[in-house]
Amino acid sequence: MKQTNLTVVENKRLADGIYRLRLTGDTTAITAPGQFVNLKLSGFFLRRPISVCDWTDGEVTLIYKVLGRGTEMMTHMTPGTVLDVLTGLGNGFDVSRSGEHPLLVGGGVGIPPLYGLAKRLVAQGKRVTAVLGFNRASEIFLAEEFRALGAEIILATADGSVGLRGLVTDGMAAVSDSTYLYTCGPELMLKAVYGACTTSGQFSFEERMGCGFGACMGCSCKTKYGNKRICKDGPVLEKEEIIW
Amino acid sequence: MVNTQVTLCGLTLDNPIIPASGTFGYGYEFAELYDINLLGTFSFKGTTRESRFGNPTPRIAEYAGGLLNAVGLQNPGVDAVIAEELPRLKKVFHKPVMANVSGFSVQEYAEVCEKLDAQAQVGWLEVNISCPNVHGGGAAFGADPKAAAEVTKAVRAVTKKPIILKLSPTAADIAAVARACEDAGANGVSLINTLPGMRIDLKRRRPLLANGTGGMSGPGMFPLAVRMVYQVYEAVSIPIVGMGGVTTAEDVIELMLAGATAVGVGAANLTEPFVCKHIVEELPAAMARYGVENLTEIIGGAHHG
Repeated sequence: MKQTNLTVVENKRLADGIYRLRLTGDTTAITAPGQFVNLKLSGFFLRRPISVCDWTDGEVTLIYKVLGRGTEMMTHMTPGTVLDVLTGLGNGFDVSRSGEHPLLVGGGVGIPPLYGLAKRLVAQGKRVTAVLGFNRASEIFLAEEFRALGAEIILATADGSVGLRGLVTDGMAAVSDSTYLYTCGPELMLKAVYGACTTSGQFSFEERMGCGFGACMGCSCKTKYGNKRICKDGPVLEKEEIIW
Repeated sequence: MVNTQVTLCGLTLDNPIIPASGTFGYGYEFAELYDINLLGTFSFKGTTRESRFGNPTPRIAEYAGGLLNAVGLQNPGVDAVIAEELPRLKKVFHKPVMANVSGFSVQEYAEVCEKLDAQAQVGWLEVNISCPNVHGGGAAFGADPKAAAEVTKAVRAVTKKPIILKLSPTAADIAAVARACEDAGANGVSLINTLPGMRIDLKRRRPLLANGTGGMSGPGMFPLAVRMVYQVYEAVSIPIVGMGGVTTAEDVIELMLAGATAVGVGAANLTEPFVCKHIVEELPAAMARYGVENLTEIIGGAHHG
């Protein structure tokens, strides 16, 4: 973990309630896709944990959803704004586990960390299939970017306005030869994905956090391997250890 | 050159800064960030006889002045703390640590304290009779002078180490509770623990925390802490560890003027992981700004004249 100042270079609306925030500065603490950063916002006591969508040496991309007053305030941040950020939080996904045909399953604002993961898997020559679930067409984002990486994309929308009508699990049913699963999304989706998953895999969880770096025990969960902190021992848990 | 040393129940601290229990784990998350030996000491996570998972999540909410927590004393239990946490801590922290103890019965407090009494690393036992997030224990003992005295006596009987009773701002008369602890053999008191609060989720129309209520901490609590430390200072002659919303070196000086011998820093650690390091580093300059050469001389300074 590192505490650093990052500068906003872009804060752009991508879809209904969904924004992309690009920040420049020291990204050296970020070591794996699926990690997150914790942003200090003026006027709020707790920081806002946001998953890393992608990063390079010197720039990090976050995609966030407006869920409350904090994220609403974030939409007004303009280029040049300097943010106090804790970076490189959480364990992230383990790309070495993927096998030759990893299946990525994301729902809504759980999709962004899967983009950074897909990019790194593609770079290793893996055949990546991504099932991306949204409520409706107006909320779709990142689908083109996944395609541009060379990933095979299956879209599912709850209202059927684009792609399959249904849930990500309906999309998963169309993929038969995947070697490993990586998933991130709301807990109900994760649970359904767990039920539909025929391989081993890694699941990225969300929880209200106090600190984001393992000190406060605010985001604890029980696993088959003992109590874990979503922020420090997660957010990514192994399929085999999850207790629903 | 200013002197930041203070003496807390017979043990000298390089400075009065003590990260508060529950915000600093067993130390090593922070030891990865900075050399925690620069602290006066720290108070480790509230420890009980048995291991506890604590309350269901969500356990954390916020308000304009800080945060609410309802962790519910998650800890691995005293035996695991002694077998695993203390040996790990020994590698990164070379000063006496403050052991924070919670319980659900007088007997449990005494048992846990007796086990920790045997640990050379433990300098003080901070006995938490004010946790608002568990039922049938914790704050029930801190609300009433008689119950507080009973816990103090039971712990006194099993240890010669200094015992510091951690008091609740919910007590009807916190000065009376402090006096009862002193009379029963306490070497110090620490205050204030968190104050029970609640937030309601507007979308679900239900309390935001799974536990319903949670303890409020953070800068919004600071004036309450100053007032209570000031009142308790007038009621007892044992040292006070003052805490509640401290975020700056000036806050440390203010709480000491109110009567604190040492100062806990809690919620601030969670949003500003380096805050205690910064306070320790800024303290000499802040002392110089207010004409303080010897920190120990200002304890209770606001009461004179």
